[in-house]
Amino acid sequence: MEGIFNLAWVVPIPPFLAFVAIVLFLHPNKRGSALTAIVAVAVSFLLGWGIAFGAFLAKELGLHPVDGELYAIPTGIQELAIGFTVDPANALMLFMVPFLLLMIFIYSSGYMTYPGHLPPSYDPVAYRQGKDPRYSRFFAYISLFATGMLGLVIANNLLMFFVFWEIMGLCSYLLIGFWFEKESAKRAAVKAFITTRIGDALMLIGLILLYIRSEPSTLRFSELFTQANLEQLANTTANLPILGPVPWIALIAVLLFFGTVGKSSQFPLHVWLPDAMEGPTPVSALIHAATMVSAGVFLLIRMFPIYAYAGEVSASSLQFVAFIGAFTALFAATIAVAQWDIKRVLAYSTISQLGYMVAAVGIGAYVAALFHLLTHAFFKALLFLGSGSVIHGVEHGFHHAHGHGNDPEHPEPGSAARVEREDGVLDPEDPQDMRNMGGLLQRMPRTAWTFIIGGLALSGFPIVTSGFWSKDEILASAWDLGRTGVFWTLALAAFLTAFYTMRQIGLTFLGQPRSEGARHAPESVPSMTVPLLLISVFAVGAGWAGIPEKFPVLGGIVPNFIEHFLEPFLEYMNVHPYAPQFHWTPLLVSFGVALGGLAVGYAVYGRGLAPGQIDPLARLLGPLWQLWHRKYFIDELYRDTVVTFTLFLAWLTAKFDRDWVIDWIVNWIGRLAIYLGQGVHTFDAYVVDGLVNAVGWLSDQMGRVVRLLQNGRAQAYLLFGLLVVAIWILLAIMPIVMTLV
Amino acid sequence: MVPLNWYLTVAALLFALGLYGALARRNAIAVLMGIELMLNAANLNLVAFWRYGEQVMALTGQVFAILIIALAAAEAAVGLALIIAVYRDRRTVDVEELDLLQG
Repeated sequence: MEGIFNLAWVVPIPPFLAFVAIVLFLHPNKRGSALTAIVAVAVSFLLGWGIAFGAFLAKELGLHPVDGELYAIPTGIQELAIGFTVDPANALMLFMVPFLLLMIFIYSSGYMTYPGHLPPSYDPVAYRQGKDPRYSRFFAYISLFATGMLGLVIANNLLMFFVFWEIMGLCSYLLIGFWFEKESAKRAAVKAFITTRIGDALMLIGLILLYIRSEPSTLRFSELFTQANLEQLANTTANLPILGPVPWIALIAVLLFFGTVGKSSQFPLHVWLPDAMEGPTPVSALIHAATMVSAGVFLLIRMFPIYAYAGEVSASSLQFVAFIGAFTALFAATIAVAQWDIKRVLAYSTISQLGYMVAAVGIGAYVAALFHLLTHAFFKALLFLGSGSVIHGVEHGFHHAHGHGNDPEHPEPGSAARVEREDGVLDPEDPQDMRNMGGLLQRMPRTAWTFIIGGLALSGFPIVTSGFWSKDEILASAWDLGRTGVFWTLALAAFLTAFYTMRQIGLTFLGQPRSEGARHAPESVPSMTVPLLLISVFAVGAGWAGIPEKFPVLGGIVPNFIEHFLEPFLEYMNVHPYAPQFHWTPLLVSFGVALGGLAVGYAVYGRGLAPGQIDPLARLLGPLWQLWHRKYFIDELYRDTVVTFTLFLAWLTAKFDRDWVIDWIVNWIGRLAIYLGQGVHTFDAYVVDGLVNAVGWLSDQMGRVVRLLQNGRAQAYLLFGLLVVAIWILLAIMPIVMTLV
Repeated sequence: MVPLNWYLTVAALLFALGLYGALARRNAIAVLMGIELMLNAANLNLVAFWRYGEQVMALTGQVFAILIIALAAAEAAVGLALIIAVYRDRRTVDVEELDLLQG
């Protein structure tokens, strides 16, 4: 069974081959492209699950993780080893990632119909087929993305990890801007790319420092996390300006953490993720909920020994991580309460949940962080795909109501007049605005019920759902470790999470339809609903793998698989495994906030809203609602500070370049060259040419002189001859004559 | 016996006369005659050196002289023919006028 571990390196390859095949050959055939991508990812899925289950069954994999070397790229001084690893942490990822990839690929094949924002004349062929004009390209992109994610999961060194990390960054950019005809999508893509770049740049610095400071220099996980190296990193210090001496390990930990802040969209780099919802919904589910954003947390999990040691020598570095995580969790949850766009609510919820995981790493709860990463990936993918199904349905509903977009009054969706409301601007034909939904439980039962399952898991509905167990684990750890600040922040965030989830369910599925789109929304095709049903199984069941053993009644019935699986691995990485003791307070709080949030949410939104009714919360909270609805004005703040400053800098450099210095120098160099050229030209025309002409003239003149000799008279020539001979004889006999004298 | 120097002196005078004729005369025929004189001066030398040389019986000087006489005859024939041709063309044999090779 263990032989299959040596095939781990094959897992990312089929999607890559699919990507190449689609880009080079298959792109004219939309159906064939989709099929190729799905088959390729299915191969990865089978292999990934084979490896994952092999790892679950293997004895003491944690103590002896597989670390295979494939190829060593010779570089300068050292060789760069490319390899793969199979250990408990990435075995769990290999369980989650390929499954979600496959589900989302299948879902996408149904979802990527002709988009509503394009007129049929844009691509009549694609319109007839009912598929997106760039349907094949979409599958090429997500295949490449799958390569990136799977490669990142199996990477055995940080550099390879970083390379795949950046491949995903690229795919994220391409997919957010997939519908680049929309100005907003274009902007969102650029925003995401630039924002994550800030984090990645700092992460790269951390990576380089880690390589330099390690003894021996390496980025391979198995060599990085030796006791000697970790202690060596912890005991040497860097002298930083302002901060003074800091252990290298703490500096590296914080720099690498910024990679997570960018990728996992933590405050203050969270601004890109909500805008990334401009991409097609499967992309939101795939990249911006389940996989890529969790890669940021996976980085923390991979680098956990570094964080554990950094926490020992410099507690503030880990406190920083915990603070950012907890703050983001609460911060994003408050924003999510006041959003109308169904996908944006989920986006902020994702940021909030990622904040949970980051906070968990920050307090040292490795198992809880990874556990929540897994369960969250399942239920958030489910929620996103469900919201995609809803959007699709409502969009179709609007089309149906308008006679397939041929209504002369509203030639295209989105052209209707906007309504200014007390609770925000409303586009009455926006298929993503929850104010245009309502009552969809009757219209789209399969989507609705799976969405409700996902929503309950997100809220942490006690006992049944996976979200409860993983969230409870984090809360229990925070309480047990005495981090009351983190605990209460996360608990408050959990309450808000339950509340806004109920609000979303209420606004979308309960009550009466509030628009033509909702009234005529059809249930989605099976290729979309079947993945929803399959994922919902895991959204509920994945939590049962991590029930604490001391839990009253239920504890011990099912062994706490996750913890047992990961503990030896932590020991292998020279970290003391930690499992929270059981306390009643966090359990009761966990129950209370989940049920309380859901109950308050149901009380307010349980019957939906009447058409045109203002959100009761907006009345109640007043300015606070506005603050939340406008996302604490962070975008505006960035626009007025960072963006304005950057534009000013760009203007300044442009001025510097074009008007003040560079162009001035260049022009003067040019002018000088011209003057010099003119000087040289003059010199050439008078001196050089003069010399040449002088030589010619001289030859001419001398010729004129010499030609006098050649007068054509034979006698004259003879006379010359005689003269020459006479002189010669004279010279020859002169010495003889001289001796005689 | 007349000393060798006398022959040589006569030959040198004869050569000088011929040279003068070849260089200074205007008439082409006179130039030709000057050339003949110089050739004969050379002949005189050759014969004189042979006679005063060591191998008198070898007749080398005589043979040489006869060869030159034959050559001179041929040369005179060609030269006269040329002069006649020039005369027919230009109606003159004045070498001062014959300067077609002028540069």
